[in-house]
This record gives sequence, structure tokens and C-alpha cells, in this order.
Amino acid sequence: METFAFYFLSISIVALFAVTVWSRNILYSMTSLAAGMVLISGLFFILGADFLGVVQLIVYVGAVMALYAFGMMFFDATGVVKEKNAPAMTVFILGGLTALMLVVIFAAPSIANGAPAFYPPMAGANNPQAVGLVLFTKYLVPFEVAAIMLLVAMVAGIILAGKKMDRSLSKIKDAELEGGEAKDSK
Amino acid sequence: MDGYIIGTIIKAILVLAIISALAGFGTYIERKVLAFMQRRYGPMHVGPYGLLQIAADGIKLFTKEDFIPSGANRLIFMFAPIITAATAFIALAAVPLLPEFKLFGMTVRAIVADLNIGILFILGMMAAGLYGPLLAGMAQRNKWGLIGAARTAVQFLSYEVVTGLSMLAPIMIVGSLSLIDFNNYQSGGMGEWLIWKQPLAFILFLIAGFAETNRTPFDLLEHEAEIVAGYATEYSGMRWGMFFIGEYANMITIGFIAAIVFLGGFNSWGFLPGGLAIVLKVSLFFFLMLWVRASWPHVRPDQMMWLCWKVLMPLAVINVTLTGLWMMV
Repeated sequence: METFAFYFLSISIVALFAVTVWSRNILYSMTSLAAGMVLISGLFFILGADFLGVVQLIVYVGAVMALYAFGMMFFDATGVVKEKNAPAMTVFILGGLTALMLVVIFAAPSIANGAPAFYPPMAGANNPQAVGLVLFTKYLVPFEVAAIMLLVAMVAGIILAGKKMDRSLSKIKDAELEGGEAKDSK
Repeated sequence: MDGYIIGTIIKAILVLAIISALAGFGTYIERKVLAFMQRRYGPMHVGPYGLLQIAADGIKLFTKEDFIPSGANRLIFMFAPIITAATAFIALAAVPLLPEFKLFGMTVRAIVADLNIGILFILGMMAAGLYGPLLAGMAQRNKWGLIGAARTAVQFLSYEVVTGLSMLAPIMIVGSLSLIDFNNYQSGGMGEWLIWKQPLAFILFLIAGFAETNRTPFDLLEHEAEIVAGYATEYSGMRWGMFFIGEYANMITIGFIAAIVFLGGFNSWGFLPGGLAIVLKVSLFFFLMLWVRASWPHVRPDQMMWLCWKVLMPLAVINVTLTGLWMMV
């Protein structure tokens, strides 16, 4: 049962992400990306990591939703995007080699050593508790570093977006909008 | 094990049947309540008190021509309403609907899947449900639809933070993500309801819940006075109906979460048995949504973003911080 579910999910995920890469319609690309991200949470559920599965679901649903917002602004959603491809061979070799290298980097240790559980599940602790305990003891430093990175990104985002925050677009008078940009640029 | 699987399938079918029937009934209740608040009668002619209006509406929805605009992305257009309806019911799978009861000598737990992360699962699934309006709006090649889709993204990114943060404080107090644990925590009668400990979180969650289910004053996605019908402009027949079954099922889910997390859940309430108590509480929330719709105007999208990011989110963060301090002392 679990084997079947694993292969079903894996094949669907790979197929969906292939659609993401190859489709020239922005709507198909992003929808298959979102669907693939949702299905990845299924892999976590099979492994019994319910908490991580739900986190995957919540985080990527929101993240891909933001991508949709950009897609909506930059592309015609129902049409076909004209891609300007660099020489196909170069792209293929560079991209393929990078992907291969990443796979080897991440897969080599687990092929050599198997995938041992460094921290076997604690008796009596349920899933979120186990994640929390490891996160706040063994992995505290990476956790804090990630938090600081997010904070930096947030501050940068606010500064980039906040230049004209003191004026509301809906309060600009019509005459001022039609009168051109002269008064606008103070 | 076989019994477990069969039981789960029966429960899933029952939940699907009952909640979709209730969603249909909800449209009737909504029209009646709105009508009485506006001093008119509402549906009156089909059946006694217009009760058979639901059947008439159902026949109309099922037999209406299913129409796909020529410029639309057909696959996504057909798929979008299914996302809304399906995720609404998947979310309901983790909600304990009634207390345990005995049937033919077996103890039946009225929950399809008791996850130990129930509340996160429900919120995540309801968030995924917003892909329905988003994809529908983008696939139909209609400018109103596109505006509806853009508003979906804006609304989702605004309220999602508030929902999560407002739920965090009760989760910290109970120390569990399972809705059954929430229920058991408040089993000591009305004085132990979490609403007394977390009044701010309750109000924040209700406001975010209105945004989550696209109810007035936050129904920016359709907003018939401004953008025709928003994401649903080009939809007709049962595809349109599925969006609204999903919306009403989500209203019921939000009612259940609010009742279980803040109002004591399905514990017996005074002389009322638990099953009746939770139905009453959920009905109260359903009525509240209709009441607000009858009495408040829509907000503009920028007002909604202002409210979520500049008022509700800071309040939620303060609430979480205070709860943490209170728990440490």
C-alpha cells in the first residue's frame, strides 16, 4: 500500500514538474507547480511526518500564490508565452550539469551511508513535539540564522516597497492624475 | 482494520451528503434571514414558506447549460470549481462534528480522520481552496475575472497571517494541535471556555474567518456591485454551483472551528447534550455571518489590506506575546 502510494506520488510529482518546465502557458506552469508542491506533502504523510507535511502544504500554497500574482501582472494568462531561448545546447549542458551535480551532492551521502535516523523518535512525544525538540536543541543555530535571514529580507522588502507608503493611491485627486507626472515627482 | 476502512468510507460519504445538503439549505436560510432583516418575505412561492426553493434552485443549476467561453483555458476553467468544493470537504474530514455516540453497540467517533495536527491541516486545506477562485479568474479570459483573481491573491496573502497568528495563542494554551484536545481542555463547563482567556484571538479569528470564506464585508472576489461577479463571471450551471457549495461548506467549517476552539466544542452545556450544543453554536456563527452581510457594506481592497496588515496582525502578535509571557509567569 505504501509502496504503491510512494510510486504514484513520485511519478505524479515528476510529471507535474516536467509540465512546469516545458509548458509555454503560464497558467499550466504555475498550476502544475502548485499541484506538485501539494503532492510532495503526501510524501511526508507517508513517512509519518504529519507536521512537516502540513507545513509544506501551508508554506507552498502561500508561496506559489504570490508567484501567481506576478504571473498575472507580467503575462497573458490564457495565451502562450514567447520564450527567447539562448542556444539550446549550451542551456541544456549547463542546466543538466548543474542539476546532476546537485543530485550527486545531496544523494551521495545517503547512498554511501544509507539514511540513518540520527535522532530516533522519542517515546511519547507526538510529531510536532518531536520536531520542536530537535529544532530548539540540536538545530538551534541554523534556526536562528534562518530567522535573521527572514528578518533581513523583510526589512529589505519594506524599504523597497515603502518609499511611497505615506501617500495612498486612492486619495490622489483625479485632476492630479490626469495632469501628468509633474506634480507627482516630489 | 477492514472495519476501520469501511467505517471511514461510510463517514466520508455521510459527511459529504449531509454537508452538501446543509450547504443547499444554507442558501435558503441566507435568503430568508436577509429578507426578514430587510422587512420582506424572501422565497415564498415554492412549497410551504418557500422551502422547496432549494429543490427548484438545484434543478435549475443541474439543467442549465454548462458554458465555456471560447478564449478560456478549457482544462483549468473546468478544473477550478472542483478545487474549491473538494478542498472544502477535505478540510471537513479533520473536524470532529459531534461527540462520540453509540450505534448498534459500537462506539462511533464523529470524525473522519483524527489527525494530531488537525487544526493546521484544516487551515492549510482551506487556504488551498482559494486556488479555485484564483485559477477560475485567470483561466476565463475576462477582465472582471482577472480582477477577481488578483483580489483573491491579495486577500489570501492578507488574512492568512492573521488566521495563523490568532490561532497560535489558543494552541499555546492547550499545547496541542488536535481539535479533540481543544474540546477536552474545555470540558469543565462554561467557565473554562477559551473565549474568556483569549477574547482578542476570538475576535481576530472571526474577522479572518469572514475573509477566508469570502463573506461580506470581505467578499472582494465577487463583489457584484463593482466587478460583476469577479472570478465567477463566466461560470454557469453546476460549475458555478460548486463554488458556492464550497463556500457554504467553508462557512460551516469555520463555524465548527470557532465553536470547538473558543466556545467549548461538543461538551454538554448545562442541560443541553453535547451534540445539540455544538449544532446550536455552529448555527449561531452561521447566523452571525448572515447578520453581518445584512448590516455592513463591503470594504475596498486597500482598506482590507490596511486592516489586515496594520491593525489585525500587530494585535495578533501582541496577543501571542502576552500569552507567552502569561504562560511563563
